[in-house]
Amino acid sequence: MFDLLGWVPIMPLLGFLLLVFYGRRLSNFHVAWIGIGSVGISAVLVALIGFEFLQGSMAPYRLALGSWIASGDLSIPFGFYLDALSLTILFVVTGVGFLIHLYAAEFMEEDAGFARFFAYMNLFVAAMLVLVLADNLVLLYLGWEGVGLGSYLLIGFWYQNPANGYAARKAFVMTRIGDTALALGLFLLFTELHTFDIQSLMIQAQSQWTTGAVLPIVAAALILGGAVGKSAQLPLQTWLPDAMAGPTPVSALIHAATMVTAGVYLIARTHALFVLAPPVQGAVAGIGVITLLMAGCSGLVQTDIKRILAYSTISQIGYMFLALGVGAWSAAIFHLLTHAFFKALLFLAAGAVIFSFHHEHDIFKMGGLRKAMPLAFWSFMIGSAALTALPFTSGFYSKHEILLAAYETSPLLWGAGCLGALITGIYSFRLVFVVFFGKPTREIEREIGGRMSIPLVLLSILALGGGLLQIPLDTVLPALPEPTSKHAASLISFITLAAPILGLAIAVLFYLTGTFSAAHFVDLQWTRRISRLFLTGWGLDEIYGTVLIRPFKTLANLNKNDGVDQFYLGIAGLILQWHRLASATQTGRIRGYASMMAWGVVVVIAIGLLS
Amino acid sequence: MSAIPAEMGLLLSGLLFVLGLIGVLARRNLIMILMSLEVMLNATGLAFIVSGSKWGQADGQILFLLVLTLAAAEVGIGLGLALQIFHRFKTLDADSINQMQG
Repeated sequence: MFDLLGWVPIMPLLGFLLLVFYGRRLSNFHVAWIGIGSVGISAVLVALIGFEFLQGSMAPYRLALGSWIASGDLSIPFGFYLDALSLTILFVVTGVGFLIHLYAAEFMEEDAGFARFFAYMNLFVAAMLVLVLADNLVLLYLGWEGVGLGSYLLIGFWYQNPANGYAARKAFVMTRIGDTALALGLFLLFTELHTFDIQSLMIQAQSQWTTGAVLPIVAAALILGGAVGKSAQLPLQTWLPDAMAGPTPVSALIHAATMVTAGVYLIARTHALFVLAPPVQGAVAGIGVITLLMAGCSGLVQTDIKRILAYSTISQIGYMFLALGVGAWSAAIFHLLTHAFFKALLFLAAGAVIFSFHHEHDIFKMGGLRKAMPLAFWSFMIGSAALTALPFTSGFYSKHEILLAAYETSPLLWGAGCLGALITGIYSFRLVFVVFFGKPTREIEREIGGRMSIPLVLLSILALGGGLLQIPLDTVLPALPEPTSKHAASLISFITLAAPILGLAIAVLFYLTGTFSAAHFVDLQWTRRISRLFLTGWGLDEIYGTVLIRPFKTLANLNKNDGVDQFYLGIAGLILQWHRLASATQTGRIRGYASMMAWGVVVVIAIGLLS
Repeated sequence: MSAIPAEMGLLLSGLLFVLGLIGVLARRNLIMILMSLEVMLNATGLAFIVSGSKWGQADGQILFLLVLTLAAAEVGIGLGLALQIFHRFKTLDADSINQMQG
């Protein structure tokens, strides 16, 4: 069964090629079958392979499909590597991906670019699968750039609106900054260790480098740069809220469940390198904590339903980074898994609301949807409960694990994480209460059908019970050391448990019962200023605008008449002048030519006589 | 027998050539230009004959035959072109047919 692993990324790629070349000629029905079917076959294959893998010895499996680049002692194969870590992500990408494709078949039904949409989606899934399965860093980088391309194409899917194109370019450029760092990291690793194969890289790094040496720190920092860009962490997170310009299934698949967590996967994949570089690992935790607090605060004041979810995604990935930073590798991947379930669920439920309201995004123009859309309401309740980490939902298990591990490293990290959990409780239930409770503002315009309902139901089940999934990640990732401070454990555990519930209670008081009024609270001078700061995502866009973009534009303006260009333009101008002169002799008069010839003969004879 | 010196023959030939050239350059009618060209060709032919008889060689006369053939061919093509040009432009003025300027 394992030898079918190669077909897992190839199926969506075939789907992409079919849809790209024949998509226009196929009916929506066939396009949907190809688009969903290719991912569905991959999901079935992954399920079969995963079943066999988990039944067996769980030894890593390698599959070489052929050679990609071979030059001297450099050889880069199309090699796939299957272990518990990549299998976990495979489950997410194909399983959740399949459900989202199914959902999109109805969501995008009336869109003129139906075939184009599914072609891009399949391309994205194929690239993501290559990224996850790659056994060497160059193939991983191919997938890494491939998902970036898919993200760009899908954010700008509705390209008729220039704002969407701008958002797509912004996402592409911002992630490219991180990708450049990642590429430099790759080159550094190759020049130092002479291989791209991830497993042998890790072994060699451990044997050749000492902990805390300069080389592993630089290499890990560069890889962290790539992860920060892709996973929308500080300071490169500004692209993700704007990426919500894409269709909602895209936000669910790319900007919640799969691509943005690629950075977490990359760090977990190269964890041996990060263990060798303690300062960088500390930076991972620091970035995670700061990002999760910043994004959580921004989520508190947004009014666009998708932007709230986008900020919560940034915040949750912050938790994953925190987990990676404190060495709780498997907790990070576990949170990645549960996050994929509940965040995809939340996005799809938000999509259902948007779908029924004909692309209305403002939560304050909705309200009282509880009765009108019971399925979306319950999906949202379950998703928000899991996002908030209320007990016995999937998010609870993973976030609890992360926070307890953070406490072992530093109580400060734990405290910030708990504060973040409290904020999460407030903003997620603010969203639920504003959209689904209160007075109905207007009638919904469309009912959602079966293809949108089934994914919502299945993802609800996963978001509730996903915490029970046991992926044996300890075969790949080192386990946490046993907790040392047993005495405080119960109190710590209690506070960790209580923080999100407190957040929920605050949300109830503010937005459900109306005991306190948020509008009244924001009316003060200083709170209004803070609220605006949160709304603009801490003004990072503005800072980048003044510090980087404005000077760059000024410089570009100064050099508008490029000096080098002028030189070559001068040559071209001179040749043009000569051409004019030469063409002026071509009068078209036959007698003129004849007299020229006669003069020529006279001159030749004169030269012959005089010399 | 050889009453006329070769220099005189060559002078006549040169005179004819220059007259023909002036005709080509000065006339505007295509037919007249063609006729002037014939004069130039015959001038060269005369030069061949004169030089041939001076050195007592047959080459000059053979070359004159070649020039005759060439002149016949040239007149054939030239007149054909002149006919076509007149057909198309309704004129034989060489100066007004100048569409092929650079």
